[in-house]
Amino acid sequence: MDDQRDRAEAVARTVTDPELPMLTLADLGVLREVRVEKGRVLVTLTPTYTGCPATAMMQEDLASRLGAAGFPEVEVRISWAPPWSTDLITAHGRATLARHGISPPGPASAAAGPVPLSLGGTRRYARCPRCASDHVGVVSEFGPTACTALYRCEDCGEPFEHMKEV
Amino acid sequence: MTPEVPDDVTAADLAAYCLMLGDDALVLSHRLAQWCSRAPDLEEDVALANLALDLLGQARVLLARAAEVDPAVVPELPAGSPAPPEDRLAYFRDAAEFRNLRLVELENGDFAETVARVLLVATLRLAVLDRLATSTDEVLAAVAASGRRELAYHRDWAARWVRTLALGTEESHRRLHAGLERLWPWYAEAWRPHETERRLAATGVAVDPATVAPEVGAVLDDVLAGTGLVRPELGEPPGPGGREGRHTADLARLLEEMQSVARAHPLGRW
Repeated sequence: MDDQRDRAEAVARTVTDPELPMLTLADLGVLREVRVEKGRVLVTLTPTYTGCPATAMMQEDLASRLGAAGFPEVEVRISWAPPWSTDLITAHGRATLARHGISPPGPASAAAGPVPLSLGGTRRYARCPRCASDHVGVVSEFGPTACTALYRCEDCGEPFEHMKEV
Repeated sequence: MTPEVPDDVTAADLAAYCLMLGDDALVLSHRLAQWCSRAPDLEEDVALANLALDLLGQARVLLARAAEVDPAVVPELPAGSPAPPEDRLAYFRDAAEFRNLRLVELENGDFAETVARVLLVATLRLAVLDRLATSTDEVLAAVAASGRRELAYHRDWAARWVRTLALGTEESHRRLHAGLERLWPWYAEAWRPHETERRLAATGVAVDPATVAPEVGAVLDDVLAGTGLVRPELGEPPGPGGREGRHTADLARLLEEMQSVARAHPLGRW
């Protein structure tokens, strides 16, 4: 039984994120749990954002990859508790993001109680993935995906995405 | 394994509350999505689409929860329809069955009115979700914990724009002022708890919005400080409104657009 579970988990850990295919769901901290019950694999995912449009594809990819590995019965559940945080991204995940031109998130602030109003824009740990400068300016708080903001490096002039601390 | 309905609340009440919060998100999401390709610049087009997507995600989880705890609320579709329960709720209910505040259903107006509305709604919703994160309903608590981080971004984005326009040119100040004046009367609806909210708040499942009025007022005062714009007292409206299913013609027109394709193809697979 444990053997099966270990095998299933190993397969699940290879599935990549549809939007950021250089990262696996495990790197992202989205893959929460893999269990096997009576030959049926139960995977639990916690999506990054409530509106994450890649969730359905993640579920399909997991079912298909596990099916190909000899697990025809797969159920992928979405759990919202505890919520995902960028702190769950592994060190390997962060290094991979940087290598692919996305500034990885710094530590997420522990939000207990009301979130104070931030009129000056959110301070972040953005660094230019090309020249490593921290002289960067925000272009937009919202980027092409739900999890990133757009920045421009003031030293080398190149724009880049930063994964928002959450 | 469906999370249980907490003790001492009825399924009907819990579902109704999920629909209130879910419909607020769904309707505002659609309004913001209407800016897609029409915003003043590309960055704000992307920002508004992101806000809409966040809200749509919250709506989906909340509507799914409502259907789960009280299947009776879900509209019936012809046999064989693959539409999941949350889709049936979104696309096949009529206006009178929606439970959103009327504030979110109003037509967009200009960009100034749009950012003003996001400020008003996001500040309120963030304050509610902050407290809802400790709800005794597992699903509401989880949605609140995820949703409040998103809403903090929404509120702060709107606050920066409100200040930018208020302190900008004469025209931007005038438009923002006009937008706020159109919206303030509709904000009143948010502060009178519906009896369902009251019942559920007493058991720790829901949040009575009246309890967050001081915090919301303080944030709005901070945002408007030095702009010459003032806000009214956050008081209660004279009669029933969106929570009771009484809506404006704006909602009917919105639903006509939003629901048209699904209703034309109830057996459709999307």
